[in-house]
Amino acid sequence: MKILACPLAALPPGEAFRIEAEPPIAVFHTEDGELHAIDDTCTHQDASLADGWLEGCEIECPLHASRFDLRTGRADAPPAKLPVRTHQVAVEDGDIYVLPSDTPPNLPPGVTVKGTT
Amino acid sequence: MKTVGIVGASLAGLQTARELRRQGHDGRLMLVGDEQHRPYDRPPLSKDFLAGKTGEADLALEAEGEDLGIEWRLGTTATGLDVAARRVELSDGTTLQADGLVIATGATARSLPGVAGLDGIHTLRTLDDARALRDDLSKARRLVVIGGGFIGAEVAATMRSLGLDVTLVTSGPVPLAEVLGRQMAEAIAARHEERGIRIIRGASVTGLTGTGRADGVLLADGRHLPADVVVIGIGVIPNTGWLRESGIELGDGVICDEGGATSAAGIVAVGDCAAWLDPASGRHHRAGHWTGARQQAAVAAVTLLSGGEVRPGPQRPTYFWSDQYDMRIQFSGRTQRMDSVSVEDGDVTGDGFLAVYRRDDRPVAVLGVNRLRLFSRRRRLLETEPVQVG
Repeated sequence: MKILACPLAALPPGEAFRIEAEPPIAVFHTEDGELHAIDDTCTHQDASLADGWLEGCEIECPLHASRFDLRTGRADAPPAKLPVRTHQVAVEDGDIYVLPSDTPPNLPPGVTVKGTT
Repeated sequence: MKTVGIVGASLAGLQTARELRRQGHDGRLMLVGDEQHRPYDRPPLSKDFLAGKTGEADLALEAEGEDLGIEWRLGTTATGLDVAARRVELSDGTTLQADGLVIATGATARSLPGVAGLDGIHTLRTLDDARALRDDLSKARRLVVIGGGFIGAEVAATMRSLGLDVTLVTSGPVPLAEVLGRQMAEAIAARHEERGIRIIRGASVTGLTGTGRADGVLLADGRHLPADVVVIGIGVIPNTGWLRESGIELGDGVICDEGGATSAAGIVAVGDCAAWLDPASGRHHRAGHWTGARQQAAVAAVTLLSGGEVRPGPQRPTYFWSDQYDMRIQFSGRTQRMDSVSVEDGDVTGDGFLAVYRRDDRPVAVLGVNRLRLFSRRRRLLETEPVQVG
C-alpha cells in the first residue's frame, strides 16, 4: 500500500524527508532532480540516513560515514556491508508517494521492526 | 602493474585491496596479516563488543560472499623489506615479491614499563586483547584506566555502564583535552563524573602493585588506587620496526607524500603506520582514525596504479566518532591554534550540543554530541571551505 510522504514542493533538491513507517523510510530529492526512497536506518548501526550527507546519488551515513547508492541500495563504503532496501516512488498531484518494498529489511544489530519478533 | 602485495590485513589493508580492484587492478593481490583473524572492525572493541552487545561475527569487515580474489597469508608477520626488489621477508621464512607494495601494518598499543609478568593489566588494540579484557572484567569490581584518550574514556564509560567502580587517571588537565580542547573536554568529563566515574587529573603513575596479579596503581603523590583490572590507554606506536633496515624513510611512521607514496618507488603506505604529508602545514602526521584509513586507501590505490602520475585532491578534514554512555560524540577538523569555541545548538549540560571551533572567526573544527543531523551539515561546511589550520 502506498504511503504519502510530503508535497514535492516541500522537498527541495539536496534534502531528505523521513517517513515514520515501520521501519522508517527516507525519501531523497537529489540535486539532479531525482527522487529516491530507501530504508532510513543504516544497515551498520542505528542512525537515520535522512540526517546524512547527500552527494549525487549517494547518501553518507551521519554516524560512521558508510555510503549507499540511492538507486540500488548498495553499500558503497564501509563499515556497512549490507545494502539498504529501496522503495518505489511516485508523484501524484504534486504529492510524493512511496510504495514500500515487500522484501525483508537489512536492519542493524539490535534494531527490529516493531510488531514483529 | 601485474602483482600487488599488501602488508597488513586490517581496515587500511583491506580497503586498499578493494580500491585496487575497483580501480581496475586485475592481477594478483596478496595480503599478509600478522593476526590469524580475517579483517575486523576495531572501533566496537572498546564499546559494544566489550559490553557484550555485539559478537565477533558483527565485527567482520568483509561482506558475506565478498570475493576480491585475494591470496591470504594470515598469521604471518613481515620481518624485513628489500626496497629495490620490492620483496617482503616473512616470519615463516618465505618472501613476498610484487610489482607494487602497500604498507598497512598499523600500530601497537603502548604499555608502561615494568608491568610485564603481572596479570590483570591490559591494553586494547586487537580482538584477542578485547576477548582477554572482557573475560577479566567479567570477574572484576574495580577498574582503573590509565590514560586520558578515547580508548580510556570509552572503556571507562562502557564498564561504568555495566556497574563497575571506575577510576580514570590522566596526566593531562582533563581527559580528551588534547583533541577536543580544554573547554569541551571538561563538558564531556562532567558527564563521566555525573555517572560516578572518578577522574584523577594531572596524575603521574609511578607503578603498579601486586604479586602475580595487579591489585592497584601507585601515583606520584603517594595515593594508591586499588584495582582488580587495570587498562592502559596511553597511545600507540606505529609498527615500523620491520622497516628499520630497509632504508625507507621513517619518522613517526612511514613518511609519505600527500598521495601516500613512500620514499621508495612502487611502495605506498596507509593507515595508522603511515605519516602522510599535510600540505596545509607542511608536516607529516599519522591520521590514526578509522575514516582517515578509508580515505587514504582510496588515494594510495590511485597513486600506486598510476605510478604517482595522478595527484590527489585536497585532503578532507579528520573525522571521528566516539560512543560514551548515551553520547554520540562526533568531531571533525583540528583544534590546534583555534582561538575560540562556541556552543551553537543545545547546551553542554543537556541531552546534546553542537560546538564550533574558530580561528580568526573562521571555523576550523566542529564537535557534536547527539546532534547527527546538524553535525553532518557543519562538517560539510568545513569540508567545502578548507581552511589553513597549520
